[in-house]
Amino acid sequence: MKANGNISRRQFVSMSAVAGLGLALAGCGSTGGSSSTSDSGSGSSASGKVYYLNFKPEVDSQWQELAKAYTKETGVEVSVVTAASDTYEQKLQSEMSKSSAPTLFQVNGPIGLKSWKDYCADLTGTDILNELTNDNLALKDGDKVLGIDYVEEDYGIIYNKDLLTKAGYKESDITSFGTLKKVADDIQARKDELGVKGAFTSAGMDSSSNWRYTTHLANMPIYYEFVKDDEEQTGTDAIKGTYLDNYKQIYDLYITDSTTDPAQLASKTGDDANNEFVNGEAVFYQNGSWAWADISKKLGEDKVGMLPIYIGVDGEEKQGLCSGGENYWCVNSQASEEDQKATLDFLKWVVTSDTGTKSLASDMGLNCPFKSAKEPDNPFSKIAKQMISDGKTSVNWDFVWIPSEQWKSDLSNALTKYAAGTDKWDAVKTAFVDGWKTESEANAE
Amino acid sequence: MVKSLRKWWPLFLLPTALSFAFGFVIPFVEGLYLSFCRFISISNPKFVGISNYVAALADPQFAHSFWLTALFTIVITVLINVIALAIALCFTRKGLKGSNGFRTVFFMPNLIGGIVLGYIWQILINGVLTIVGQQLLALNTVAGFWGLVILMLWQQVGYMMIIYIAGLQSIPSDYLEAAKVDGATAWQTLWKVKIPNLMPTITICLFLTITNGFKLFDQNLALTGGAPDHSTELLALNIYNTFYARAGAKWMGIGQAKAVIFCILVICISMIQLRATQSKEVQQ
Repeated sequence: MKANGNISRRQFVSMSAVAGLGLALAGCGSTGGSSSTSDSGSGSSASGKVYYLNFKPEVDSQWQELAKAYTKETGVEVSVVTAASDTYEQKLQSEMSKSSAPTLFQVNGPIGLKSWKDYCADLTGTDILNELTNDNLALKDGDKVLGIDYVEEDYGIIYNKDLLTKAGYKESDITSFGTLKKVADDIQARKDELGVKGAFTSAGMDSSSNWRYTTHLANMPIYYEFVKDDEEQTGTDAIKGTYLDNYKQIYDLYITDSTTDPAQLASKTGDDANNEFVNGEAVFYQNGSWAWADISKKLGEDKVGMLPIYIGVDGEEKQGLCSGGENYWCVNSQASEEDQKATLDFLKWVVTSDTGTKSLASDMGLNCPFKSAKEPDNPFSKIAKQMISDGKTSVNWDFVWIPSEQWKSDLSNALTKYAAGTDKWDAVKTAFVDGWKTESEANAE
Repeated sequence: MVKSLRKWWPLFLLPTALSFAFGFVIPFVEGLYLSFCRFISISNPKFVGISNYVAALADPQFAHSFWLTALFTIVITVLINVIALAIALCFTRKGLKGSNGFRTVFFMPNLIGGIVLGYIWQILINGVLTIVGQQLLALNTVAGFWGLVILMLWQQVGYMMIIYIAGLQSIPSDYLEAAKVDGATAWQTLWKVKIPNLMPTITICLFLTITNGFKLFDQNLALTGGAPDHSTELLALNIYNTFYARAGAKWMGIGQAKAVIFCILVICISMIQLRATQSKEVQQ
């Protein structure tokens, strides 16, 4: 009998195995093939294409409009895709493997550059580099410029003006750690009388909030040590922790003069801290200029101010806000020459044209360090500018030299345990200093 | 009908075979190749031999995650199957009013996605821990482990219960009547008649719970995120963290090697389990 059950099954299994393997080989071949055809074949249109992988989800719609405006003006195709919050690295990796990879993307600084060095075009001599107001904002690798910081952000201790006045203090009363502690302790002692739940908002240690302490607050001891040892341009493989006692005193202040019991901090979120601040439950809230979007929903521009983060270092009366950037534009060096040129032209347009600068400053509220940039609609950026013209020294974002995300999460763990009382400050020191060395070694190629 | 099936079966099978090839076979083969490479973007890998596997096996966190996952899987496999079978036995008794309604209610937790479930249970468990004065999940390994177990039980028992009910209902009633006539007690009926006839169902349920336990990711990420200090980090989360917690090309390859080892482990364990239980299946 022809084709009875057994033979058909064997045939079927062998056929599908062959088909599967054949498709696998075909699949591997085609991904390599199509990328080369897109390079050679698109010589038809004179202009290349721009594909921007955006990092900031909060300004996605503004970028889409800007892209449309550019295409209308010049006819060059611009597409913008935004990665969801906290997924940029994953999205970038998967997009880069495609034949139509992003032509414009971003890295977060020297550590992120380690991964993407081979994909960053040298921007020396380009128009966009000339538009930069501060050479320190160019991300370099040796002599090559591989990234351009496009947003300058500031952070410090945001405070509620009305509540501070109600407590009987003015901003000029706080010029050092000593005075900050005095004011905060007083507010905490009189919290019922003043109608607040605490001087500081909860220092939440969950993943939506802990970066304010493992990255932004940790920047203070890192910055002062780097300045002392002249390591700001190079970073270091072994941090000493010279200013960790100062770190301890500011962190202690945050968790004692707080709306929340320190043992509960593990579950407090970024939203919790924001809500406590806008609902008038606390006077002080450590965060940055990006927080304006959420704060402005309930508090007006004249109701808030920003103080520097004082940690008790000599000469800190001259210290300003922490200003810097973690967003560096990179042009994909593996893209075609036309696409790279189109991307550079697009970037130049974004930072010099009327439409572009207006979108960046007013619609997105970003403070961009370019010559033709407009003033952003953000009170915190204005305060930062004011402090600089008053002669205060900005604190650089030296936390970009932190060796890995692993270091940040280990530090977060140690801080949470310390706050909850299950471990001593020594564990934080170990995570900070020993962890830095271990992570730097793990990074070594 | 049989004749046309014999002629046209490749066409009907083609969509499924293609999806299987594109969704599983091709990524698997590519992943296997990448596990021997260094890469940042998968279109540019550099072959480096077995150094990724050496690094993966030398990682103490990987070993810790493996034993934790094994322990977790054993615990939930036993608990889920025992509880699901017990509930299924309750709901297949004749005359129990509203048993259909109960079955639906028990099944519903299975419909909720892992991440949402993890976050909601995190809030609930933290609330309970606060009331009893214990450390919150972010600092409490034991609570994290048992929280994960409770969450999995809540989600999976309904699903396994449905399968057991189907299995119980397919036992020929002659056997049960014969047992009753012979004067067997309920307990003896359970062990000597029902369970041997349920072996195919038990095979399936054991297989599903074991593989679910090993592959667990969403709930782990949302409930504890591995905290504190990676002590509640199961295998899948460990692989994910290997990829993304540190910048640099070498971690991708190591993560990929871990993923291949993981896949081989799960396949081996499942094969062993399938062999063991299939040998006990009784012909009806």
